[in-house]
Amino acid sequence: MSAPILSIRDLRARVGGRDVLDGLSLDVGAGEVHAIMGPNGSGKSTLAYVLAGRPGYEITAGSVTYRGEDLLKLEPEERARAGLFLGFQYPVEIPGVNNVYLLKAALNAARKHQGLPEVDAFEFLAVVREKMKLMQMDEAFLSRGVNEGFSGGEKKRNEILQMLVLEPTLALLDETDSGLDIDALKVVSRGVNTLRAPQRAIVLVTHYQRLLEHIVPDRVHVLARGRIVRSGDRDLALELERRGYDWITGAAA
Amino acid sequence: MTETADIEKLVGRAYQHGFVTDIESDSLPPGLDEDVVRAISRIKGEPSFLTEWRLRAFRHWQAMKQPQWAHLRAHPVDYQAISYYSAPKSKADGPKSLDEVDPKLLATYEKLGVPLHERARLAGVAVDAVFDSVSVATTFKDRLEKAGVIFCSFSEAVRKHPALVERYLGTVVPYQDNFYACLNSAVFSDGSFVYIPPGVRCPMELSTYFRINATNTGQFERTLIVAAPGSHVSYLEGCTAPMRDENQLHAAVVELVAEDDAQIKYSTVQNWYPGDENGIGGIYNFVTKRGECRGRNSKISWTQVETGSAITWKYPSCVLRGEGSVGEFYSVATATNLQQADTGTKMIHVGANTRSTIVSKGISAGRGQNAYRGLVKILPSAHGARNFTQCDSLLMGSRCGAHTFPYVEVKNPTATVEHEASTSKISEDQLFYCMQRGISEEDAINMIVSGFCKSVFKELPMEFAVEAQNLLAVSLEGSVG
Repeated sequence: MSAPILSIRDLRARVGGRDVLDGLSLDVGAGEVHAIMGPNGSGKSTLAYVLAGRPGYEITAGSVTYRGEDLLKLEPEERARAGLFLGFQYPVEIPGVNNVYLLKAALNAARKHQGLPEVDAFEFLAVVREKMKLMQMDEAFLSRGVNEGFSGGEKKRNEILQMLVLEPTLALLDETDSGLDIDALKVVSRGVNTLRAPQRAIVLVTHYQRLLEHIVPDRVHVLARGRIVRSGDRDLALELERRGYDWITGAAA
Repeated sequence: MTETADIEKLVGRAYQHGFVTDIESDSLPPGLDEDVVRAISRIKGEPSFLTEWRLRAFRHWQAMKQPQWAHLRAHPVDYQAISYYSAPKSKADGPKSLDEVDPKLLATYEKLGVPLHERARLAGVAVDAVFDSVSVATTFKDRLEKAGVIFCSFSEAVRKHPALVERYLGTVVPYQDNFYACLNSAVFSDGSFVYIPPGVRCPMELSTYFRINATNTGQFERTLIVAAPGSHVSYLEGCTAPMRDENQLHAAVVELVAEDDAQIKYSTVQNWYPGDENGIGGIYNFVTKRGECRGRNSKISWTQVETGSAITWKYPSCVLRGEGSVGEFYSVATATNLQQADTGTKMIHVGANTRSTIVSKGISAGRGQNAYRGLVKILPSAHGARNFTQCDSLLMGSRCGAHTFPYVEVKNPTATVEHEASTSKISEDQLFYCMQRGISEEDAINMIVSGFCKSVFKELPMEFAVEAQNLLAVSLEGSVG
């Protein structure tokens, strides 16, 4: 394997006075899709937030290297500009702020970081329209506020739309499948699959195997009590579906 | 009083050369009595009706008490310590060049994109910077004259159009109205006068910014705007850049009259000195603004963006007398550091089928206190009247406050009154969401605040809206951290 895009070593993190990550290690190589599964409270979302730099999470030990750089030293917005994208489990509403406006500001922030000029307004809109079509999103979306009055499914589609426009190097998708009906799940999965590329990595955080029928992972990890207790290929997900988590997490205790 | 006589002589001499004087005289000595009121009127060469009106106001004011407000903390003002007439200020007092101006102020101009030649004027520098805008103003004047629009200083209106002034002055805000309006009526120095003749759509936005001598109208400003039947006017007051100003108390009066089918749109951006982080200095802005929809189907719309002043106390209001008339109030008010804003509106429905809309956005940061105080009053005669009110508050940080005092009095059962209110915080979730998309914290805050104010900003004239947005960004800088 070439140098991994993401390399986590013995990561420990606290939030609200509680140790949530307890010596987690993980390598994600370029071109790979990894799925992180695990029961509620195992630390899946914490991992995503810690990587994205959310305030309130205290790193007590360990290291995270992203494309050879110390990720933990960067501010959240610097991580984003450097190509790290988090698809939120519960995307917030920002009333009055136009979807397209936010998206354009986000894209330009990344472009500026890369020393590129601001995106041309017409080209940008053409790209957004094309991706919206892929995500089967209504034209009205363009004039609406960020996630304002969106249904759960619409919010998740919007996350993937943003990801498609921003073309991140590392995408962390936190339970992107939750709250989606089967049709929406297919649309979202198609969106994620179009982003699969040799220079990118995708980490899916999910409870359920059903997402992995649509986005086939290269590796599957089980997270329990703040560390990865088992890794395997997609068959591991199928086994989890059949047997639940207890046989692994119990064994890890 | 020989001193007064001297001043009068000086003023009288300069006066021969036309209204725009450049006398080097100072002010009337501090203090207020009937002689001072008479002196002001005499210096300005006013007709007797106005002198008498000022005196009636003064006598009434003497019996009035300064109001106490539930949600403001203000130092008492010593009315005998104020000088009630200052001739156009001696430029010698001001800074000699931009080099002498507070660098902080200059940095703000830079951020707001104030044109270079304007910066000096705003900072009160003794240069001829005004002249650029004077030439602009003169061009405007020609166009306005062709349309029959009168737009001049209040003093000029008193001299050239005394009948119009006498007919409308004090008919919307009578001098008995409140303590500050009454004081203003007795001692007002100058201000603006606008008259739009019947059926005329004013060919441009009228702005105090372009009015000759607009800079030194002083602390007791008086504005009167009359829209004759079928006319339209949009009036912009203020400026996004902070003005150098040594008067602590500002007690202005604005009266609007809309006749049948007339429309007045009055937009304000106010950015006076709010005082420092400890609340030292800062201007007390106690202004009475009221419009009367006198005619059928007339419309008056107030839009304001209030970011300055230590204390703001203002309630631009509409008296909806004409059948089918419409009143609107759109407001963004911010209170940061130790600022206090108590603002809102009164919508008085008198005529049948009158409608009013109130949209108020209050932003509190630091230890700022922001109150919305509004009255919707439906009189028995106002059949089928409708009101919609929306009050939203945004809190930044945990030491600020937002208060909403909506009063509703409905005396007609056919009326419809709706009220919506919300209070929200800029949430860490929203900030983190934006930052995860690569947007800096400062930009994220600006974005969220602008979004919050969107429904008010869109009521502002285009270029004003952009300025207002910048202004908000500058005044809330570093508010969350």
